[in-house]
Amino acid sequence: MTFFRTVEAYEDFDFSRFFEDTGPQDVEAAIGREKLSALDFLTLLSPRAADYLEPMAQKAHRLTVQYFGRTIQLFIPLYISNHCTNECLYCGFNRRHRIKRRTLTLEEIEAEARAISATGMQHLLLLTGEARRLTPMDYLESAVELLKQYFASVSIEMFPMDEGEYGRLKSAGVDALTVFQEVYDRQRYRLLHTAGRKTDYNYRLEAPERGARAGFRGVNIGALLGLGDIRQEAFLCGLHADYLENKFLQTEVSISLPRLNPAEGGYSTDYCADDKTFVQLLTALRCFLPRTGITVSTRESAAFRDHLMPLGVTRYSAGSCTGVGGYAATVPGTTPQFEITDQRNVAQVVRAIEDRGYQPIYKDWDRIQ
Amino acid sequence: MQQDGLDIGGRRFSNRLFTGTGKFASKSLIPKMLAASGSQMITVALRRVDTGASKDNILNYIPPEVTLLPNTSGARTAQEAVRVARIAREAGCGRFIKIEVIADMKYLMPDNSETLKATEILAKEDFVVLPYILPDLILARRLESAGAAAVMPLGSPIGSNRGLKTAELIALLIENCTVPVIVDAGIGRPSQAAAAMEMGADAVLVNTAIATARDPETMGKAFSLAVQSGRMAYRAQLAPERLTAQASSPLTGFLQS
Repeated sequence: MTFFRTVEAYEDFDFSRFFEDTGPQDVEAAIGREKLSALDFLTLLSPRAADYLEPMAQKAHRLTVQYFGRTIQLFIPLYISNHCTNECLYCGFNRRHRIKRRTLTLEEIEAEARAISATGMQHLLLLTGEARRLTPMDYLESAVELLKQYFASVSIEMFPMDEGEYGRLKSAGVDALTVFQEVYDRQRYRLLHTAGRKTDYNYRLEAPERGARAGFRGVNIGALLGLGDIRQEAFLCGLHADYLENKFLQTEVSISLPRLNPAEGGYSTDYCADDKTFVQLLTALRCFLPRTGITVSTRESAAFRDHLMPLGVTRYSAGSCTGVGGYAATVPGTTPQFEITDQRNVAQVVRAIEDRGYQPIYKDWDRIQ
Repeated sequence: MQQDGLDIGGRRFSNRLFTGTGKFASKSLIPKMLAASGSQMITVALRRVDTGASKDNILNYIPPEVTLLPNTSGARTAQEAVRVARIAREAGCGRFIKIEVIADMKYLMPDNSETLKATEILAKEDFVVLPYILPDLILARRLESAGAAAVMPLGSPIGSNRGLKTAELIALLIENCTVPVIVDAGIGRPSQAAAAMEMGADAVLVNTAIATARDPETMGKAFSLAVQSGRMAYRAQLAPERLTAQASSPLTGFLQS
């Protein structure tokens, strides 16, 4: 059995009816509960619960401090290729987009690694598009072998792979996997992913499980907020994390909350989450999953990220370039995959974290193989 | 009362509150908390130690007179714990090692059998091994035979602040173990630390409750006083509990004179 069963089971669920029937007493009861059921979680995601943001925030803050302390783990993305065979209507790397395409050589990757390492960052997230012929497994393995000499942790966010391929990258030195489902609603998924291997919903949905089985210590999932109904997407993403946590006890499961910028990559969405709703999703997730790491990237503005710190976030990217290249002077950057809003460099983000009474954590892993 | 030191790994600890380095809002709070509490041993996750970072190295915040207890947080197996321990020693973190083998990210329960295997290996390599365990008397005896310098049973899950949920099982360890019993994890309040010491625990290790308090410095001191108080009560031998009231000045006392 995979998480697909759960996705299917909720396809017949009447969310509107549930939200209509949710009363203030249901929200209060859900906030008061130590362990939330799936429907308690959905109650906190309901429009009705928007009136309870402060008590939800207080609880989210208390749980986050208890399990993570006043700390924010830092990471930085490194894109090594933007070649892509997929057509995702919202993505800057969509194969139909006429952008400059490139795949970094190992020498260029090393130059980037040196430049990033000089900022003090120790956790690297390595990204590519999906172009297996241009970024074959041995290229990816070589990139990881090289990068692990510069960073305490190397995680990947690439195209979904087989368990064996994940195993190879784990052996090369990758310790964690990020794979976003993008959108859990199958109909929306079909509409938004029109060509390429990414059209296979189930293969993507089950990638985190294959990663966990391959032995990655961490698996990070997410829904790209803005591609489908915000509340339902956050709900299924939370259930997915809960499912993975229960099924793979050895795996640290975490969630990202990427929010689509309006009119990103020429794609405009009808499903925007405003700041208030974003905070509701974040605090509801924390109440449902007290121990799960939550990442918010530089998609969000500096001021907004600073305010999110006490609300349940545990991991920030900082000083990010979201195009290929761009860190080293010798490796000029290409068009970004998405526009970043928080433009601060690492030192500025670190200062902002400290100013809020939080400890920035550069290093939280050791490769011991 | 005579000197009441606790001997572990060739060192004498006059303060029975051990502390941790995780979860603080700022690393600069660590030395302040240590000074206020008088804690003489502090645990640090090797995964958080960055010996390459001159400015940000967490070890720079721990005064030299405080014993460093590196832990193997992140290890899923005995083999990984052993590797982490060896790296810690090579990194100059000393001979002490707290074995933490956790293969369950949901409840963060220690894996007792892997912990035993790691203890067997590391004790032979001259480490001072302090294994973090679910309180199990049979296991504790095996750890003793394997050369553990102490055992560290959990009071309740890490970071849960739920107190001494495993008190009955810890009591068996206290009664039967020949090595010190250090209650680790789950202690959320000074009164719970005092209760552990009253039971006869040799020490307690507290991190979350101190690090995440509004004022970690004062909370460190509060825990230290509670530990002292509990220890004194244990040594002074608590009066037995009775089901019925007993007058402080018995009315028939004159008959016995």
